[in-house]
Amino acid sequence: MTSHTISVLVENEFGVLARVAGLFSSRGFNIESLTVNEDPLDPTVSRIVLVTTGDEQVLEQINKQLNKLIPVIKVIDFKDVDILEREMVIVKISVDERTRSELDSIVSAFRAHIVDIGQRVVTVEVTGDADKIKAFIALVRPLGIKEVVRSGKVAMQRSVQLSAENHRRPREAD
Amino acid sequence: MKKIKGSQIIIESLIAEGVEVVFGYPGGAILPTYDALLDSKLKHVLVRHEQGATHMAEGYARVSGRPGVVIVTSGPGATNAVTGIADAYMDSTPMVVLSGQVPTSLIGNDAFQEADFVGITRPCTKHNFLVKNVKDVARTIKEAFYIAGTGRPGPVVVDLPRDVQQAEHLFKYPDNVVLRSYRPTIRGNPRQIERAIEAIEKSLRPLFYVGGGVQWSGAAPELRELVKGLGIPVTETLMGLGSMPASDSLRLGMLGMHGSYGTNTAVVNTDCLVAVGARFDDRVTGRIADFAPKAETIIHMDIDPSSISKNVKVHIPIVGDIKSVLADMLVQIKSRESIGQRRAEWNKWHQQIMQWQKERPLYERNGKERETVSPLDVIEEMYNLTKGDCIVATDVGQHQMWVAQLFPFENPRAWLTSGGLGTMGYGLPAGIGAKFAAPDKPVIVVSGDGSIQMNIQELGTAVQYGVDIKVIILNNYFLGMVRQWQEKFYQERYSYSAMSVPNFVKLAEAYGAHGFRVEKSKDLVATMKEAFATPGPVLIDVVIPKEEAVMPMIPPGGSMSEMLFA
Repeated sequence: MTSHTISVLVENEFGVLARVAGLFSSRGFNIESLTVNEDPLDPTVSRIVLVTTGDEQVLEQINKQLNKLIPVIKVIDFKDVDILEREMVIVKISVDERTRSELDSIVSAFRAHIVDIGQRVVTVEVTGDADKIKAFIALVRPLGIKEVVRSGKVAMQRSVQLSAENHRRPREAD
Repeated sequence: MKKIKGSQIIIESLIAEGVEVVFGYPGGAILPTYDALLDSKLKHVLVRHEQGATHMAEGYARVSGRPGVVIVTSGPGATNAVTGIADAYMDSTPMVVLSGQVPTSLIGNDAFQEADFVGITRPCTKHNFLVKNVKDVARTIKEAFYIAGTGRPGPVVVDLPRDVQQAEHLFKYPDNVVLRSYRPTIRGNPRQIERAIEAIEKSLRPLFYVGGGVQWSGAAPELRELVKGLGIPVTETLMGLGSMPASDSLRLGMLGMHGSYGTNTAVVNTDCLVAVGARFDDRVTGRIADFAPKAETIIHMDIDPSSISKNVKVHIPIVGDIKSVLADMLVQIKSRESIGQRRAEWNKWHQQIMQWQKERPLYERNGKERETVSPLDVIEEMYNLTKGDCIVATDVGQHQMWVAQLFPFENPRAWLTSGGLGTMGYGLPAGIGAKFAAPDKPVIVVSGDGSIQMNIQELGTAVQYGVDIKVIILNNYFLGMVRQWQEKFYQERYSYSAMSVPNFVKLAEAYGAHGFRVEKSKDLVATMKEAFATPGPVLIDVVIPKEEAVMPMIPPGGSMSEMLFA
């Protein structure tokens, strides 16, 4: 059971997210993360990036069942390809004179940004892959997290595929 | 061009689609469309319950090969139709359901007779639409028929708010459909077809396993030509019955839970299983690990890629329309000399299966006189009275399996049954729908005392429209199949499966139909003859012993080695 990132191009129309989400729930598939956005270049299309778990056979079924939905234009399974993946978190962290400099050094090391400052709280925005987000949260946690929001994942295939055995394009179902 | 109302656009669109008959029930939110319907040339069949309308549409679609059309109102009208929609989805039956909806301004308001029909039917339709603007009505109906009838067929719902039906717009029915995201694969990949032929050619014990896909794509002629030319035996699923003529010795009948010993033994021993428009349903496979254990190659032809390797790992998948794939296969085979090299082995294999069939026939008839009626005699008499030239619809349960096992279907599109969903109450309305598709064919409905009561109100519809159908109730005063499972698997603890039934003869007469009753074996032939000679809807209540069981049987989730015999 491993996590897989799938990008689904769909018609930008009423109810399409419910169809995709409904497919996962009715067939007993799991959704770990989900993002949906209108394509910036073509407003008739939306892109759903989702992370799911399952063995080879489950993933094959997910791919086929998604393709079976009428408004699904294309399913790109990022299995076996090198991808760029990004999530974003916004974290509201307690600070005082003692911890402020520690936070600053973490922020700078993670190339994060301070986006809001209040009395005794600083709000930081971090972007990165899942591991980076995890590490950041682990480091600022002892300072005191007041609130945290995390986005779903977005992903894109890398231009150069470095993994030796993976000189191939993402799988597109027929 | 003059603007016309949305309701008229709906009717004009149906006419443009070539629709001749619609099955429906009026109500508040769909009344504008019913108003337009009155002046149209469309034939409308007023049902007694919306579920009946959906099964009639299924029966119509199965026989005609064209989408059945249903019109219902919002709320309860729509929810009553859900069972039939789910049934059509499971059995890949093309159907277009037009449902009224509360006005767009009230949607989401918990308005009177409001139900989120698009939400409710999302998991049991091939696709569904909520039409929010009158300008989209014609295009949406065009797309609905296209989606319902192409690829793997299925039901499509078009939800039509009342204000959309009332608004006006110019009517032009689109000539074609443009859906960039929906393009079913029709032609099979020629290289895959070649690989399949190579695998068949090498095999010693090939077996075709054919399902409903053969019926829907109209591929029976190609299938028959192919297997007869090669001399390869064929087993059919419940939905595939009639793909091969029963009179052909290559036809092995149904496999799976209630398949014969010989047929299931063939599945166990085949080294090359060729699945054609079948989906490896659990009633066919039993325990997956033990299904076709000696098959070195499994070939699967199906129009739906998601059916391939869903339950059973397939070695050679061919995605495409069955008719086209089989036709291409025939062409490739004709120019191939090596294909005949195994003829002798295949013939021996066929003889071996026939031997297994003989060793353990489906039912042993001891020839002794019996006082009570045997369900097997009823099925035999159905054949004698029609010479097999008829359409048979069933409900769900023991009677369904007896007919599936024993009725010698010669042709496709003559067998209507609820396979995937197993919907009791399917038979009577499906038989009525079939009669509208083939008015000249005798239609027989075989039901049980449980099933018939689930939609018996449609007798009213049959009487109102003078539908000439013969309904046989195999009446054992029990939910027979439930009783059989309780007997075999629940230590004869008959928990709530005994049922009192009405006087079916009087009930038929109360509806204005004819009723007959048979209690003794000696009266069966004469009564059935009289009943079949009586025009119009006729109900025949045939009392059978409650102990009669459908045999043999592979227990659910079991395998061939666990097969139970009578």
